[in-house]
Amino acid sequence: MSGDFALWVYLSRTPLLWLTVTLVAYTIADRFSEATGRQPLANPVLHAIWMTGLVLQLTGTPYQTYFEGAQFVHFLLGPATVALALPLYERRGIVRRALLPMLAALVVGCITALTSAIVLGRALGLSHEIIVAIAPKSVTTGVAMGIVETLGGDPTLAAVLVMLTGAAGAIIVTPLFNLLRIRDLRARGFAAGLAAHGLGTARAFQVSETAGTFAGIAMGLNAFLTAMLVPVMLGLVR
Amino acid sequence: MIVSLALILLAQLLGEAVAHASGAPVPGPVIGAALMFGFLLIRDRYRSIATAILPRPLVEGGLETTAKGLLAHLSLMFVPAGVGIVGRLDVLTANGLALAIVLIVSVVLTLSATALTLAAVSRIVRPPEDSP
Repeated sequence: MSGDFALWVYLSRTPLLWLTVTLVAYTIADRFSEATGRQPLANPVLHAIWMTGLVLQLTGTPYQTYFEGAQFVHFLLGPATVALALPLYERRGIVRRALLPMLAALVVGCITALTSAIVLGRALGLSHEIIVAIAPKSVTTGVAMGIVETLGGDPTLAAVLVMLTGAAGAIIVTPLFNLLRIRDLRARGFAAGLAAHGLGTARAFQVSETAGTFAGIAMGLNAFLTAMLVPVMLGLVR
Repeated sequence: MIVSLALILLAQLLGEAVAHASGAPVPGPVIGAALMFGFLLIRDRYRSIATAILPRPLVEGGLETTAKGLLAHLSLMFVPAGVGIVGRLDVLTANGLALAIVLIVSVVLTLSATALTLAAVSRIVRPPEDSP
């Protein structure tokens, strides 16, 4: 018995175990998503997260230990962002034609994201600390954490809220736009990337490469605009 | 594949360096993507020189395959950050309902406002018959 325990103690400290758990959980979640015909509710990220989280809770593993293994996957986010340049380059023609509509949508979308989060948060009585962390919820994790840190908020909470926003956006986007009868894949993708950063972009790539390209552009532009607007907006409501 | 990955990492590295040095609120990888875009423009403008001097994968589609392979698994890369949620269950359960309402309502408003603006402005800018 003590031999088994020693093996567990050894394995649970190596990156191998948690990297494997992450990949296996994702493979199961992705297979399930595929089997349901990419149903929005079968979002692979969402289901991989709770399965992995459950394993951590059941085994009492701290997040830091888990992340030592999972960081290899996390690291790939940077290269994947750079890789967005390739579909963008291949579609530069249709992107150039949509430049003005994209800029208009960027400004409207960014302001809507910030104001709705701040105003609703205050109306529902959330503490100022949580409101600071929720304001940049639509931008990609690294940027949101940076913004919140500069403003003296809680970056970890910001990261969690960003992930929840992304998951909500990735699930809602398809049914919402079917309901609103928005068929333009550029508009659908751009909105997904703006409101739900990388998770929205990943969802958009599942649907079409054009939607994914526009989502990637929106994600990059919104990170920039949000970083500039959050301090201003929070100053207005203070 | 290794050559393509090396180029992608190089673009990211330069992007991080520029982001750090300039203090701009843009993430390094986003600048890296802009640099990669610039590389592709120059490569195709001077196609014959590029074919002569660059490693094969960078001119014959290997780079494209590697990049699309990475993007196909974009979802996976969000799992580690998302699992961080286990450390914040206290704040989430204490404010659960309010947070859920704020996030969902705000996401629905943002998605709708963005997509409707993009669709409306592109209708104004160009007549509907030649929009793709």
